[in-house]
Amino acid sequence: MTAQDLDALYQEIILDHYKNPHGKGLREEFEAEVHHVNPTCGDEVTLRVHVADGVVEDVSYAAVGCSISQASASVLYDLVVGKPVAEAMEIHEEFLALMQGKGTVEPDEEVLEDAIAFAGVAKFPARVKCALLSWMAWKDATVQAGGSND
Amino acid sequence: MTTSSGLRLPGLLPELEVVRKDFPILERVLAGGQPLVYLDSANTSQKPQVVIDAMVDHLERHNANIARAMHQLGAESTAAFEEARDKVARFLNARSRNEVIFTKNATEALNLLARTIELGPGDNVVITEMEHHSNIVSWQLACERSGAELRWFGLTDDGQLDLSNADQLVDDNTKVVAFTWVSNMLGTINPVADLAARAKAAGAVSVIDASQAAPQLVVDVQAVVCDFLVFTGHKVCGPTGIGVLWGREELLNELPPFHGGGEMIETVTMARSTYAKAPHRFEAGTPPIVEAVGLGAAVEYLGHLGLDAVHAHEQAITGYALEGLATVPGLTVLGPTDATQRGGAISFELDGVHPHDIAQVLDSRGVAVRAGHHCAKPAHARYGVQSSTRMSSYLYTTPGEIDALVEALEYTRSYFKLGS
Repeated sequence: MTAQDLDALYQEIILDHYKNPHGKGLREEFEAEVHHVNPTCGDEVTLRVHVADGVVEDVSYAAVGCSISQASASVLYDLVVGKPVAEAMEIHEEFLALMQGKGTVEPDEEVLEDAIAFAGVAKFPARVKCALLSWMAWKDATVQAGGSND
Repeated sequence: MTTSSGLRLPGLLPELEVVRKDFPILERVLAGGQPLVYLDSANTSQKPQVVIDAMVDHLERHNANIARAMHQLGAESTAAFEEARDKVARFLNARSRNEVIFTKNATEALNLLARTIELGPGDNVVITEMEHHSNIVSWQLACERSGAELRWFGLTDDGQLDLSNADQLVDDNTKVVAFTWVSNMLGTINPVADLAARAKAAGAVSVIDASQAAPQLVVDVQAVVCDFLVFTGHKVCGPTGIGVLWGREELLNELPPFHGGGEMIETVTMARSTYAKAPHRFEAGTPPIVEAVGLGAAVEYLGHLGLDAVHAHEQAITGYALEGLATVPGLTVLGPTDATQRGGAISFELDGVHPHDIAQVLDSRGVAVRAGHHCAKPAHARYGVQSSTRMSSYLYTTPGEIDALVEALEYTRSYFKLGS
């Protein structure tokens, strides 16, 4: 991997979210709490969701992990809180497709906003799991909270 | 990849540059034109040409199944496989070649013991908090199956085994005391002969995980006076897919078989079978033949270099690395900081940067290290650390490569905009 690849991975947006994560911390109002672990590296997230009237009212989390996993939790918070669950699930699908696209998927900035910065991560198979850790936890918790149509 | 300061480092292998030429992969140039700086040898070592050639030659000229093919190639292949056993027996200073059992890896060797040593309610097994997961989980499973109790030695703040309660832990009901010789995370070298003697005094068997010791220390099973010892091939310059269980012959022959199948029997009827003695008792099925040949060549190669010389090199490089790492602001080494008291794996934390991110930035400079929990989560938890970065050197590591690591760590700090 070259220095150029490194800059593609560590976009400024990612480093900013890493240094100043949005929505971090566990908050009291929640319907479901999950704990997800990446067994290969030991990164962990405890994540709670608060859903009311079909809307994601809050996502609160405590996480230990690398810059990619921390920043992606912060971006998740920005993208799904305040959105109807169905729309948030669509954003989730879009992000998942981007991360599993091996760098071939062109991200839609209208939908993904800051999360487009993770396009570079998709080229690093070892780091895709880092980016998806909190997103998978969120989906799991939201389904448990009964907020999903699935 | 050497510096003028490094060249004069006492203890380095003589003719290090010549030794490095034995390892073709060290010539690799990585993406972006970066030369490889391989500091992940505790994970897996690189392979010298002589090992590669031995395996290729076997496949090209001697390949046949062993011990059952009544033709010339079968005889040659059998001889090569059994010669590898002799080489490993010499490497360990085993009393008999029958004490050397080929397994898939160290993990399988440990699981073989945990599956076959008889345990029951009231018995206990004593391990340590610094074990690799393979020497923890296999015994957890054995205890869950049998109703035996699992106990462990804790660790002191400076990364040593806490032996203060050893008399309470190892008692008359202890059946197994299993411990690592060298920690894969902390680098600690444990007092294995003392621990083995303690097990013996309590009437228990000792099991030593020598996975990190065999590459860099003289492993003499008769000098240590232990009962069982395991190591893996790929960390001693050999291939993957082969490990070794060494055990005292009389103990091995008392253990029940592990896997049933061909090669491990004396005779088979539809109702019952009788079993071969060690080593074949524990080598059911076609073994990893070419891997054994490769491992034989590897331990012979180490023997030619001399394990004493390899150990002195490892200590010299480790000392140099500890000095270099100490110059990096915000860096904390986990485990002993005296190079003479530890192995060549050095785990560390760097304030403000996660190990994954460190490893990624280092990789962009050609420096290969490991990041994560190194299959030693309990040892990390003991020190309140979620994961760490680990550099691990080997007999081919130069001081210049340590300089490259230190420079790359400085670059990592600047990349993540950490002040000085």
